[in-house]
Amino acid sequence: MSMLSLERVTKRYRVGAFGGRELTAVRDATFAVKAGEVVSLIGESGSGKTTLGRMVLRLASVSGGHIRFDGTDVSRLKGRKLAGYYKHVQGVFQDPFSTYNPIFKADRVLHTIRPTFFPEVSAAEWRKRIDTALESVRLDPRQVIDKYPHQLSGGQLQRMLIARALLLDIKLLVADEIISMLDASTRIDVLNLLADLKERGLGILFITHDLSLGHYISDRAVILRRGVVVEMGTTDKVFGNPRHPYTRTLLSSVPQMHHKWTRADIARTIDGSCAIHDGGACAGEPQLVEVDDDHLVGCAAH
Amino acid sequence: MSDLARAAGEETAPSAGGEVVSAPAVPLATGPVAAAAPGARRTRDALHFALRNKKVVGGGIVVLAFLALGLIAPLFYDYGHSEYVGPQSSGPSGEYWFGTTTFGQDVFLQFVHGIRSTFLVGLLGGGLAALIGMTIGFVAGYIGGLVDEALNMLTNIVLVLPALAVLIILHTYIGITSVPSQALFIGIFSWPWVARAVRAQTFSLRTRDFVDLARLSGMGSGAIIRREIAPNMSSYLFMTFILLFGGSVLFAATLDFIGLGPTGVMSLGLMMNNAVHWSALQLGLWWWFLPPGLGITAIVGALYIMNVGLDEVFNPKLREM
Amino acid sequence: MSLRVDNLKVYYRTLRGDVKALDGATFTVADGEIMGLAGESGSGKSTLGKSLIRLDTRMRLVEGGVELDGKPLPIGDQDAMNAYRFKAVSLIPQYAMSALNPTRKIGKMISELLGARGVKYSEIKPELERRLDLVGLKREVLNNYPIELSGGMKQRMVLVLSTLLNPSLLIADEVTSALDVSTQRAVAETLVEFRDREFVKSMIVVTHDISLVYQIADTIMVMYAGKLAEKAPADVVVNAPRHPYTQLLISSLPEVGVRYADRKLAGIPGSPPGLLNPPAGCRFRDRCPLAFARCVEEPPFVEVDKNHHVACWKAQ
Repeated sequence: MSMLSLERVTKRYRVGAFGGRELTAVRDATFAVKAGEVVSLIGESGSGKTTLGRMVLRLASVSGGHIRFDGTDVSRLKGRKLAGYYKHVQGVFQDPFSTYNPIFKADRVLHTIRPTFFPEVSAAEWRKRIDTALESVRLDPRQVIDKYPHQLSGGQLQRMLIARALLLDIKLLVADEIISMLDASTRIDVLNLLADLKERGLGILFITHDLSLGHYISDRAVILRRGVVVEMGTTDKVFGNPRHPYTRTLLSSVPQMHHKWTRADIARTIDGSCAIHDGGACAGEPQLVEVDDDHLVGCAAH
Repeated sequence: MSDLARAAGEETAPSAGGEVVSAPAVPLATGPVAAAAPGARRTRDALHFALRNKKVVGGGIVVLAFLALGLIAPLFYDYGHSEYVGPQSSGPSGEYWFGTTTFGQDVFLQFVHGIRSTFLVGLLGGGLAALIGMTIGFVAGYIGGLVDEALNMLTNIVLVLPALAVLIILHTYIGITSVPSQALFIGIFSWPWVARAVRAQTFSLRTRDFVDLARLSGMGSGAIIRREIAPNMSSYLFMTFILLFGGSVLFAATLDFIGLGPTGVMSLGLMMNNAVHWSALQLGLWWWFLPPGLGITAIVGALYIMNVGLDEVFNPKLREM
Repeated sequence: MSLRVDNLKVYYRTLRGDVKALDGATFTVADGEIMGLAGESGSGKSTLGKSLIRLDTRMRLVEGGVELDGKPLPIGDQDAMNAYRFKAVSLIPQYAMSALNPTRKIGKMISELLGARGVKYSEIKPELERRLDLVGLKREVLNNYPIELSGGMKQRMVLVLSTLLNPSLLIADEVTSALDVSTQRAVAETLVEFRDREFVKSMIVVTHDISLVYQIADTIMVMYAGKLAEKAPADVVVNAPRHPYTQLLISSLPEVGVRYADRKLAGIPGSPPGLLNPPAGCRFRDRCPLAFARCVEEPPFVEVDKNHHVACWKAQ
């Protein structure tokens, strides 16, 4: 049973004077995240991956389709019901220094959630819970409490946001490029932290442009291109046996350590053009086709 | 695992205490870190720098001195500012510090009463304009979309209205009889630029991730504006109010001077109006028109200098010059 | 030797004192060498890159010198540097999009830029067009405004432009970090091609992404907290680094093929020291698993193997 499931989720923006033109940022995205599973949403800029994450978090409205969480359609929740949803679903964003209001102390983000979600808990009890949550993301409360955001490192700030989510009754975390602004030597620890939380049953939607990060942490991968899912499935299959030409191009372009770019990987991307219509004419059908157990691919012409 | 835990715990250990604050050493390289750091120290340092800024302190002293004068001085007189108490057209003397008018009214008493209404009109008019402008600016900037377009249209309409012409017409029909009603009219006409400026600032702040985080914390729009966005602009809002205060004072003086002021109340503009009306200039009664003119200039000038000083206080870049 | 940098120190002036962002760098870049300059934020890599072409107002040359093709490069003298910029040393900035004036057509802008250097546009136009062909840009782009080009196209345009006068040294500052992976590869490979065709003699590619620079660079130099840590041929840095920082850094980088479930990577505990008053001795010692008594003395940056320089007592 999937905890979060997206059914043909679509996002259209009105652009231009008086909203005359329509722009589709995400079209018919359908995938699911189970409890205790990391699903990577991988795409380049403009792929709609961030928009999808924002729709799951209901920070962007959903133009079409349904987002279900534990069976309930959450795509049009409002007010108190939406707050109830946020008790279980939280987000961490790319830029830690923008996620914290610079004029307040950083640990304020841990306090502002109490009146909404746990008004019955006393301030003293809450402080104890904060200490526990900080320790579980491997932060020393004495070092991070009562500090302004600029006095902490990006890694510490991101961990504190994860601690904030843990204070709630969190079931799903949307992590949008959360380590791309951290320094190389400390970013992997934040990634490992996510993986540990996953093992404790947390579902994670891991949004990234970085294939190596997606591969490192995720159980399943969804490749997004210009708002459309082109390939998805278990990480082993998507990365080990990519079927869509776009996935292959991505994989051959990603700079790897211990393996230099060769002409051969480019050639490999050009061969078998469409995994569905082997040799035949592509009709460009919109549906993903299951080419293997839990491995879906879109038509290359689409 | 325990290694990792220790690793995480020790992240700031080598540079504990004061060293942590010296973080800008790292951000100097590139990126958002550099942008975020100065903004945060703002609140804490503002007072420190304000009290060391000559413009803020000097301007503040002038403004407070005038305020005190306006509040206290009238209490020592047992006659009114329009009573004929002394010799006519006499120059400044020990008894009548600023001399008397053609009719023997005490110019100093008029002056201090004028300061009272000047501050009243500044506070009320500036306060009202700030209230309207900020409310419209915050709502338009935060909600956006159609609401923004409608409010923007309203703002632009008020902006292009010839305030003076409208006031003259209103005055003939309704009549502005008291300082508060004058302040009301001034307030209603001077908010548009505030709305536009606040809207622009709100617009850029609402895309920051901390606004999203506040929404994820279940905060409503009103709470987000009050608790997340407005505090970030507090210095800016404060300066806006100072400018509105000065603007209202000048506007009121103009209205009084052309005879559209409140009746039965003395104001600095009205003093100048009377002086001109009774040919003080030609008769050489300089003590009649110089004090109100200099008074307005000093108050508004001090406010503007304070504003420049506050700009330096709140803007770390200017501070370093 | 194309570039020789000798004990270069560049500090940032701040209210609380000098930030020692680049604190003594000595290295050379050979003719035809593409050197990747890698490090985390605050390592001094950008400061080094910038100081070779333009010191901004907060940067102060404290000591040291730079030689380009055997002649001293007056990096401390902004006016004297004007004669060298673009002709001898050129820069591709990180945000090429904002480097192009949005109100000028690209061709017009190039002509003005060349005019300011006393070069006739008409003389250089055939070469310009050849190079546009080479990077796969249509000649018509010269009649376009910058806004009409995509990010990758702009980056290639700036690459052509900055190397038009065949400079000796090209500094590419994070040129690919704002690009998508597919475009990134094309731009990175163009850099190599330009070197191969001798449009530029040597190149310093400043980046935080070692796996990217590994693809194109001949050598990689790693910086840490304002100091040089290691410089060696790219394969050596990636496969057999000698400095503990490089070793830990390389082993912390995930790459396609590595999975959390199979092999858990680890980061480096701690954080770099503040550079306002950095501790004496090796700046990595607080985080270094191999640190020992001698690390309170500063390790010199010495050649431990052919073309392999390391600043670590344990590597000597």
